[in-house]
Amino acid sequence: MNDNEDILATAGAWAAAGEQVAIATVVETWGSSPRPAGSQLAVTMSGRMAGSVSGGCIEGAVADAAKDAMRSGTPKLLDFGISDETAWQVGLSCGGKLTVFVEPLA
Amino acid sequence: MKAELLARLQAARAAKRQVALLTRLSDGAQRLWPDEDAPAPLAEAARGALAADEAANLTLDGEAWFIHPHNPPLRLIVVGAAHITQALAPMTAPLGFALIVIDPRRAFATEERFPGVTLIDDWPDEAMARLAPDARSAVVTLTHDPKLDDPALDIALKSEAFYIGALGSRRTHAKRVARLAELGHGEAALARIHAPVGLDIEAVTAPEIALSIMAELVAARRGAALGAVRAPRVAA
Repeated sequence: MNDNEDILATAGAWAAAGEQVAIATVVETWGSSPRPAGSQLAVTMSGRMAGSVSGGCIEGAVADAAKDAMRSGTPKLLDFGISDETAWQVGLSCGGKLTVFVEPLA
Repeated sequence: MKAELLARLQAARAAKRQVALLTRLSDGAQRLWPDEDAPAPLAEAARGALAADEAANLTLDGEAWFIHPHNPPLRLIVVGAAHITQALAPMTAPLGFALIVIDPRRAFATEERFPGVTLIDDWPDEAMARLAPDARSAVVTLTHDPKLDDPALDIALKSEAFYIGALGSRRTHAKRVARLAELGHGEAALARIHAPVGLDIEAVTAPEIALSIMAELVAARRGAALGAVRAPRVAA
């Protein structure tokens, strides 16, 4: 599954221009998630974004987690879903569930 | 992801090589397959993910791995640098297709009419033989001219192309089928041709026809019922 907007090229270009960059990737979905596994979102510490991991429902929370990952230098696995009792209290209106892997580009 | 790995991944993609990025989700450790070795179950999953063009998950020795396939774009080979082809061109890249246009009529296949598109001005039989359509290729003929369309369809039907479409009315197609049958193609092979090409959305203008063709290509690629070959048509 390849997104055709080249998120990785954008991430690489931002990094080459001196930005701090993290990449978020949908690694697993259940139910009616809007984007399939492999969908990616690139985020910079300065707030630029390219791509998507959902229909817009969780991009804000993923961007926050991405900034944490850039600060700590450690990747992180995030779970999103309506029945989610964890810290990621972002509901998906579609009723789907998904797992997103966030990693800094280093 | 390490910048060095990203550079290797992008180089592989630029070279249109099939690679899979394997990520251990516990700590983000990554490797690029097949450039780097992987335990047999991971390599097997990577091979499967590339073939299906779908990401996969695998648990190996208690560790969760994410397998992200990176395939080169699908190829859309169009015979005929027609007005419809011009309307089609800007839709192809965003939908994941690399467009290749074959037309020996050099007045049509010009860089000015097709900025940034791969243009081949050889005869379709030579060009198609060289392009060797595979299971990640679609072939669409748009010239209306049997001299150009038929040789391309002949080669497409002998290939594993996942989609074959031909512009022309049902009458035109019935005649075309008769000609291709004379070249030795059986009923099952000829039924692979989507004709008239494109989903039936009553398209009239070139952009509308281009949209109907791209919609049918997406349906075929994703395995939708709309993308299946329709019942054979009887000559009117």
